[in-house]
Amino acid sequence: MSGKPYVRAMTSEWIVRHPRYMRYMVREFSCLFIGGWTLLLVWGLKQLANGPVAWTAFLEALKSPASIVFHVLALGFALYHSVTWFNLTPKALPMQRGEEFVPDRVIAGAHFVVWGLLSIAILVLAGAF
Amino acid sequence: MALSNKPIVWGPFAAGGTITAFLTPVLILLTLLAALGHAPDLFAYERLHAFAGHWLAKLAIAGVVFLSLWSTAHRLRITCYDLGVRADTLVATIVYAGALAGTAASVLYLIQI
Amino acid sequence: MKERQVELEVLRYNPETDREPRFQRYSITCREEWVVLDALNHVKETVDPTLSYRWSCHMAVCGSCGMMIDGEPKLACKTFLRDYPGVIRVEPLAHFPIERDLVTVIDDFMAKLARVKPYLIPKEPAPADGSEYLQTPAELKKFKQFTLCINCMLCYAACPEYGLIPTYIGPAAIALAHRYNQDSRDGGRAIRQEEIAATEGVWECSFVGACSEVCPEHVDPAGAIQQVKIKSTVDWYKKHLMPWTKE
Repeated sequence: MSGKPYVRAMTSEWIVRHPRYMRYMVREFSCLFIGGWTLLLVWGLKQLANGPVAWTAFLEALKSPASIVFHVLALGFALYHSVTWFNLTPKALPMQRGEEFVPDRVIAGAHFVVWGLLSIAILVLAGAF
Repeated sequence: MALSNKPIVWGPFAAGGTITAFLTPVLILLTLLAALGHAPDLFAYERLHAFAGHWLAKLAIAGVVFLSLWSTAHRLRITCYDLGVRADTLVATIVYAGALAGTAASVLYLIQI
Repeated sequence: MKERQVELEVLRYNPETDREPRFQRYSITCREEWVVLDALNHVKETVDPTLSYRWSCHMAVCGSCGMMIDGEPKLACKTFLRDYPGVIRVEPLAHFPIERDLVTVIDDFMAKLARVKPYLIPKEPAPADGSEYLQTPAELKKFKQFTLCINCMLCYAACPEYGLIPTYIGPAAIALAHRYNQDSRDGGRAIRQEEIAATEGVWECSFVGACSEVCPEHVDPAGAIQQVKIKSTVDWYKKHLMPWTKE
């Protein structure tokens, strides 16, 4: 090996080099909304502990336009996290039955079914309808 | 090269990612409904207070809060590095401390319910 | 014979004369069915004999001709000109130092492969009568996929974490370690863990998944890495929370 090898600098440009890296960043950014909503949950617990007046004020504060926008965005990002997570699960947990492996779509599909049923159950139990 | 202790932070991250994948969307939907003026029946003060008053619910809520905040913290840490922030130890300290603080707060409030 | 006018924009670098790389444009007449490697060979044979690049089998089994084609890590012998209507940008594989033109320095990669001890460390000694180890089809299937790696390094070029953290051992090395760990004849997992369960092992991976997407042999290194993460995490908690259990 003669001469001097040239080392190309690594900038943040990689993120826009291909759609898959942008999708990865979107997936990672979903944590801001999931974390943000969880902090909202913690605040809600605080107001719940402070009594009915505080709790009513909390429910009222939820109705602000900023809150609604946040919720819609948070729901979108949370869904993106769930979909990407369940689609990646088969890669991390391969299941060999006999000689063959259970197909990825079956493992992921099972997660989606459980997710759907669980969500419906929670909606029903919470009296959302 | 020694075995890393990363599993300490990765284990709760993976658990949190799974929990948030299953639970968070529908929970956001519940508060979204409340935000739109159609609060679910469970959000009536007496019902929610009774529900969250049960020790089992408190344990579950605290667990969900911890795992959700921890997986958020871990992802934030990785994202900061991906975006070129090199001070990983500093970032890690801030995010994990934040997650623990949020968890501690939730435990405090749950105890008061 | 159907012809195709092709414009190649190739990154050149001569370590003896250049301070930094620069692009050079080649306009050539190719055949419609050619791949990028054919176009490069045509340039070298008829236009510019100084153009340097690695290649060998021309059929996607040797792993030599990996390069960035329009910013995407690909095998030049498996990338068809007809899929690229405009100017085709050809650069050396990302995240590796450039030795000359499209030739990269691969010493780091070679060293990392060797570090994971990519050979059978037998669980039991060979049968005394000189017969073979027996392995069922199911046991073979368990690791077969990870044997398909052709060491083309496209995964290292695709992995942003390897680009950001050069000490990261990387997808192919971990997939290779996993290939032996999953082999029923092998008993060397604990030794390999020292390399792949270290900080520079699987823990630098953030599951971007680009490695598996670009892999021409469908090895799925990303899958191997996540499987190692989970096993390593379970091991860690068992060791620290239940120290009385044996592995």
